[in-house]
Amino acid sequence: MSSPVVADAQAKERFRTARAFARNPLGVAGLAFVLITSGCVVLAAQLAPYDPKAQDYSTVLSGPISAHPLGTDQLGRDILSRLLFGGRLTLLGVFEAVAVAFLIGVVLGLIAGFAGGQVDNLISRTADIVMAIPAIVILLMIYAITSNNPHYGMLALGLLSVPGICRVTRTATLAAKSETFIDVTRVIGMGRARIIFGHVLPNIWGPIIVNTSILAALTLGIQGGLNYLNLGVTPPDPSWGGMVSEAQQSLQLQPWLIVPSGLTLALTIMAFILIADAMRDATAAAGARSERPARRRKAAQPAGPVSERTAGPAVTAPGPVDGAASALLAVRSLSVAFGGQRVVQDVNLTVDTGETLGIVGESGCGKTVTASAILGSLGRTARVSGDVSFLGQNLLGVGRKARAQVRGKGIAYVSQDPMVALDPCFSVGSHLGEVVGRHDGLRAGARRARVSELLTMVGLPNPDDVAKKFPHELSGGMAQRVLIALALAGRPKLLIADEITTALDVTIQAEILDLLRSLRDETGMAMILITHDLGVVADICDRAAVMYAGQVVETAAAATVFLAPAHPYTQALIAANPIVAERGRPLASIPGSVPPPAQWPASCHFADRCLRVEPVCRSGPVAMSQAAGPGQTARCVLLNAGAEAFPVGLERPAKEGP
Amino acid sequence: MARVILLRFVSSVVLFILVPTVTFFVQTLTPGEVARSVLGIGATQEQIDAFNHRLGLDSPPLERYFDWLRHFSQGDLGNSYITGQPVSEILGSRIGVSMSLVIGALLVYSAVGIVIGVGSSVGGRVWGRVVDLVSTIGIAIPNFWLAVILISAFAVSLGVLPAIGYVPLSESPSGWLVSLILPVVALAFGGITSVAKQARDRMIATLDSPHTGVLRANGVSEASLVFKHALRNSAGPVITVLGLNFVGALSGSVVIENIFVLPGLGSQAITSTANRDLPVIQGIAVYFTVIVVVVNIIIDVIVPLLNPKVRRSS
Repeated sequence: MSSPVVADAQAKERFRTARAFARNPLGVAGLAFVLITSGCVVLAAQLAPYDPKAQDYSTVLSGPISAHPLGTDQLGRDILSRLLFGGRLTLLGVFEAVAVAFLIGVVLGLIAGFAGGQVDNLISRTADIVMAIPAIVILLMIYAITSNNPHYGMLALGLLSVPGICRVTRTATLAAKSETFIDVTRVIGMGRARIIFGHVLPNIWGPIIVNTSILAALTLGIQGGLNYLNLGVTPPDPSWGGMVSEAQQSLQLQPWLIVPSGLTLALTIMAFILIADAMRDATAAAGARSERPARRRKAAQPAGPVSERTAGPAVTAPGPVDGAASALLAVRSLSVAFGGQRVVQDVNLTVDTGETLGIVGESGCGKTVTASAILGSLGRTARVSGDVSFLGQNLLGVGRKARAQVRGKGIAYVSQDPMVALDPCFSVGSHLGEVVGRHDGLRAGARRARVSELLTMVGLPNPDDVAKKFPHELSGGMAQRVLIALALAGRPKLLIADEITTALDVTIQAEILDLLRSLRDETGMAMILITHDLGVVADICDRAAVMYAGQVVETAAAATVFLAPAHPYTQALIAANPIVAERGRPLASIPGSVPPPAQWPASCHFADRCLRVEPVCRSGPVAMSQAAGPGQTARCVLLNAGAEAFPVGLERPAKEGP
Repeated sequence: MARVILLRFVSSVVLFILVPTVTFFVQTLTPGEVARSVLGIGATQEQIDAFNHRLGLDSPPLERYFDWLRHFSQGDLGNSYITGQPVSEILGSRIGVSMSLVIGALLVYSAVGIVIGVGSSVGGRVWGRVVDLVSTIGIAIPNFWLAVILISAFAVSLGVLPAIGYVPLSESPSGWLVSLILPVVALAFGGITSVAKQARDRMIATLDSPHTGVLRANGVSEASLVFKHALRNSAGPVITVLGLNFVGALSGSVVIENIFVLPGLGSQAITSTANRDLPVIQGIAVYFTVIVVVVNIIIDVIVPLLNPKVRRSS
């Protein structure tokens, strides 16, 4: 009755975790160490060269010698034999404690996670209380009344450790419960017990094993301490902790003695920790892999082999750049690579003082990476080449200090998703005050006045109230205005705004664009707006750069882009825009999607989706060349050949998707 | 916020009653044993009966429990079986030693852990690996073994620090400090690991977050991003870990006090365990519970206060 799909998914998941674990050498070493040590301890009677309690006064405190590879103690007892036999009570004790904690903890955790409500409440509260009990005193009590019985103490320690395992199991159960395949089994009508044992349990092993392994390590440490105090194991019976105590008595005569027992204990604890770490990584890796194909957003992730060589000189040479010498910002031949994979190639852009440039394209085209390269906010893993000149200074060549000088004062930045773009721990006033203090050196009252002024500039009424608010108390539109105020604080010459309207609803979008327009007119700053929304370009931009698969494919005045797009991709984008759609006809769309960087050809990147593709398109790299409009350039081999063949914009190159 | 504190208060009261109650019933399970272990194996039955009668151990357990509870509610923890001294008197002179040790350890693992965690969070991948490695070793080395190694190195071989013993603060402040160095280091070592790891993880999470990117791009300095913003965002989780470690160090202090022969609650606990002096052990359980409860309440108050969302909603 069990759904084959569900069973299959689980089996895969389990083996994936196991395989991921097997690939971690440290985890495997830890597991091997625990297994071998346990084996040796179980076979102590066969392996040990001596009786662990046999005293031999002729060889006392020998240090490692051939007859006693790990030496002898002050009574001439063989250390190796004591270590092997001592491991019995030690590891048995750990097993007892961990087994109790595991069995009870998993059952209670499953019940709490599955039942929910009052039952969950009762179990969780009780667990909280038990967790706060100072375990050591309870253990001392138990050793006192059970005449130092080795088992009761460890069982009690197990009971006191139940809450930890219970909590982890509950959390994992809650997570597993919400997953689709559990819903499927519920719809199929399986019994609760079968759901728990057949489906939930197999899917929550990961975190439970991690925490059980950590518990084993902690238990070894606590038990070692108790044994050191001769609790649980009474001398002359050996235990690892007790042997440290014995070694301490002859510390001055034979310091070596503290090594074998303590090191064995430390290595065993470390082995359990390594198992836990590897298991945690394996669970995370397995989870990540099963999710990945569904939604992969960033093309910036390193993926696959380098599919493409740097194109010939014709392409890397700076394309025709108008007025680059006088430009506020001039980006030349900018390329960005992650892990050998180029995600932005040969980008050339210029922004003049007071000009607004829109960078348009679908997701994964490299717009944000380009902006990050200009801002200098790409991580250490990025390899950036080319030239980013701001006011004549190449920002890629300058040091950290000079770069920091530009931030906020030269180039400011407003990010997408305003709700996560402010530090949740600080108020609006504190955010703005900090940058105002940094840029203007203002203090106290003057600083507050400037903060108020900035908040007023971005159209927030009652600026003093807003300044007192924390980010979680702002709406999306307010947060976006605060971010703009933050960017304005340094009186930047260039503002880079990355998809600032995407996370907002439509009326707020229009307000924010109006605000940007009036701020630009007021302050004379230049702007780069990164967007996938052609409406934004039409609304506010002077010029547009269209990006596709890591390259700029067309630059032109905003009006030209709409009225006479030169590149087939631009034409397709415009045709696919709802604004130009005719009523009653299906909206045009571009078939396919932006390929990931690994699949970009050396020739035209758009060829595979282009309706005008010809053999020549696949023959080699394509350079930017002059198109019909003033200052219009495009990256298309057919440009001059057939400029007349696809005249102005509103022709519909694609009917609809395949 | 008020609800959180109220809940914690209720569970504290439960804990406060629960721990002594559990220990009480555990000890009543074996009344004969106590007399025998206190009086010695050679004691006659009359002697044992007289002992039990004198201490009221021959009355029914429930009656004794309520009797004990009545005293407990008045702050009376009873008298030692062995010396007849009031338990609160025995423990009162020792709690200062234990708190010096545990708070000293708290200061050490907080400071070292946070410095390592913050340092490694801005230090790149190599530092991350170093912290991971040191962390694993930190957990793996049991505190009592480390204590013995420290004694072997600094007291026996180098002779620069005392191996054992305690000098009261009132007697000699410098002697007090010196006598606490090794015990505090041994006790703090295991705590450094989790503090460093937590600090590092939270710092990296904040430094990778969108708001850090926005602030950096608009001119906020790296120093402020690390030491003001990331540190502030990490404070809550780190303090929670500090509290957990404090409770762990309290347990660890029992072993450490015995190794270094410090006259604190922990060494008393072991002595009393060996003597079956149950009222004293129970008293120690009560003291430890009080400490744990107080630490938890402090954390429950501090951590939400660090979060503006919680602070504003109350």
